[in-house]
Amino acid sequence: MAFSVTSKILKNGTAELTLVGELDASVANEFKAAVEKAAAEKAKKLVLNMKDLEFMASAGLRVLVFAKQKMGYDVDIYVIAAQAAVRDTIEMTGFHHSVIMRDEFSAI
Amino acid sequence: MERVDAYPTHDYQGFKLRPGKPFPFGATFVPGGVNFSIYSSHATSCTLVLFNKGEPQPKVEIPFPDEFRIGDVFAMIVFDLSYENIEYGYRMTGPFDTQQGHRFDSSKILLDPYAKAISGRDVWGTPPNWDDIFLHRSLLVFDDFDWADDRPLEIPMEDLVIYEMHVRSFTRHPSSGVKFPGTFAGIRQKLPYLKELGVNCVELMPIYEFDEFENSRLSPETGETLMNYWGYSTVGFFAPKSGLAATGKLGMQVDELKALVKELHRNGIEVFLDVVFNHTAEGNENGPYISFKGIDNKTYYMLTPEGYYFNFSGTGNTLNCNNPVVRNIVLDCLRYWASEYHIDGFRFDLASILGRDPLGYPLSNPPLLESLAFDPILAKCKLIAEAWDAGGLYQVGSFPAYGRWAEWNGKFRDGLRRFLKGEPGVVGDIAQRLQGSPDLYASRGPTASINFITCHDGFTLYDMVTYNDKHNEANGESNRDGANDNNSWNCGWEGPSTDSGVNSMRMRQMKNAAAMLLVSQGVPMILMGDEIARTQNGNNNTYCQDNSLNWLDWNLMDSHSHLFRFYQNCIKFRLAHPVFRNRWHLSNQDRVGSGYADISWHGTQAGNPDWSGSSRLLAFMLDGKHARGGMVEDDDIYVAMNMHWDSHWFELPGLPEGKNWHVFANTGANSPEDVWETGHEPRLDDQTGILLGDRSVVILVGK
Repeated sequence: MAFSVTSKILKNGTAELTLVGELDASVANEFKAAVEKAAAEKAKKLVLNMKDLEFMASAGLRVLVFAKQKMGYDVDIYVIAAQAAVRDTIEMTGFHHSVIMRDEFSAI
Repeated sequence: MERVDAYPTHDYQGFKLRPGKPFPFGATFVPGGVNFSIYSSHATSCTLVLFNKGEPQPKVEIPFPDEFRIGDVFAMIVFDLSYENIEYGYRMTGPFDTQQGHRFDSSKILLDPYAKAISGRDVWGTPPNWDDIFLHRSLLVFDDFDWADDRPLEIPMEDLVIYEMHVRSFTRHPSSGVKFPGTFAGIRQKLPYLKELGVNCVELMPIYEFDEFENSRLSPETGETLMNYWGYSTVGFFAPKSGLAATGKLGMQVDELKALVKELHRNGIEVFLDVVFNHTAEGNENGPYISFKGIDNKTYYMLTPEGYYFNFSGTGNTLNCNNPVVRNIVLDCLRYWASEYHIDGFRFDLASILGRDPLGYPLSNPPLLESLAFDPILAKCKLIAEAWDAGGLYQVGSFPAYGRWAEWNGKFRDGLRRFLKGEPGVVGDIAQRLQGSPDLYASRGPTASINFITCHDGFTLYDMVTYNDKHNEANGESNRDGANDNNSWNCGWEGPSTDSGVNSMRMRQMKNAAAMLLVSQGVPMILMGDEIARTQNGNNNTYCQDNSLNWLDWNLMDSHSHLFRFYQNCIKFRLAHPVFRNRWHLSNQDRVGSGYADISWHGTQAGNPDWSGSSRLLAFMLDGKHARGGMVEDDDIYVAMNMHWDSHWFELPGLPEGKNWHVFANTGANSPEDVWETGHEPRLDDQTGILLGDRSVVILVGK
């Protein structure tokens, strides 16, 4: 499925990105651009909705790492409803220590 | 100001280029592009070959323009590459003159020796396409891992308890129950087990990229595929083996291994790598071209005057480690692992080869070993030598140490095994081993001695008490491979037994071994699974077995929980008592005015050890006031070892007023009275002596 990322800035300073499809090297730049935009808006929280993200390659993980470093360590990054394969990838590479993994947005 | 060094100066078929920086070697990200740098003393030209990931044919081959070469180094920046989607290699042109040691072949595409990750064996055991023109492909790697506040733990050497393990073997068995069996991630899931056991260092058998299909063949015995399973044959020195990572198929093996190291560190466990610098996977003149052979054969390999490969490693070729160029790549490699992966220490396979000159003669002052010992980045790393090689050099006790190097103490293994099986006349030798081998390491101290009774080479502990002879038929070499001098004893029956007497003696012998290992001065090393009686069915050389001969069967945890408990308590006891962990040798004298020597020797009579040629028993007492050279005060310890087939009464040395002997361990007693929790040892009823059953060890604590 084609990759898409939609972003919205919520009133409370939270940036929400919704990732859909397969996040690989060919589209990682779109994700990166959305992160940069959120950083430019000085978002205080970054919420990544991954419910419909089917696959994440190394390039996608690199953007997550980039996001953590670009946004600053005081900005919490939430990974919401990641599918099993994506969740495994994040956990096996140890990145779950750098983000907050949740099932639902409302849990925040 | 905008940087102008990020602008291209050249163009090749639409690819923007600029002369590169010679340093650092390998592929490095620079603004806007990638700096490719590689050297060869004898190549006349070089071409960078770029592939889109997984494609059979290159997307472009870019010859290095003449002006991009400085000295012997070809360096080029290529702009606007899709980093995640690139695989790269090189073609080298130069003479093919085997007499002169040159084997250039520009039809071969060669792996970058500095490749930080390598594709081609992404998933363990998936057969490659042998027609692929480039089987092991270099990848670009980001150094963006989030280490947070992690760094190497720097646990003092004397406080280590090492656990030697194979990444795949640890969790590959279905009984492991982990989500990703046989991987770095699998180990992470089993961390609670390691914590429970109590070790504070894991030594990983080779994790540099290797080819599990090297010399793979069908076993005539079982029909199974025999593989290069252990991995003592390196393809790429800077790359973690993809097939050991659950995420290898996604190219995230670097992240997964780093995540493992970070997690182990968070749990107080150091990480050592078993590194193989003595040879490579390229074999001899009949072996494949992977990297060095086609880049600069004469520089990287030790060659006979006729241009053939020297074979001190027993595997076809020998890396030319004391050539200054090769020395530097070894140093670069270790620095990379220490700084980029936070590795705490290295164990060097067949390290004596690293001390040979380019013609194979042992050097008295080998520059490579010296460089490693004095390197600032490696300054806090532990360096451990397997102090022998397959060419007949045996340097246990004499490995050039520079105050830094420790050794796998093969004499500890041999001596302890002979004592255990009841050979007479070894108590004098054993006394040295228990003290950290001062006869071997007089000026280096006990921490130069890595004490072990078993390691990946040879029998497991269970097999050591179950087999007199090796049974290596499954390796398909008619039982000719593997060592014959095992110093093992089967306790009366070759192989598994239903005789309860045989089995209980085996259990006792395993506990005896664990007890003696863990009360010895020096650094103990435990082989994975010995704590639950792992067996290899008598195979003492399972290098090629990707099956239950190597895989740890976690069901043993149920059947051998007593043995596990024994190990666990012995480790805790050791770590609770600094008197076992001296940095400097014991003097056999009273140096603090306590009225006791730091170590005193005993036999069936206190103060009267039997050193005779027929003796099979020995006891010693460690004086707690001498712990750590008298810097700290500890309890007193008494250890009695009866390797005779009869019971013996041991008279106990007297304790200072107010102290009493308490029983920590007695391998002659049935579980759970064979070992007690540290701090909960029961007081010994008779303070004057204790009866040791046949072939048993008693450890008392005086407090």
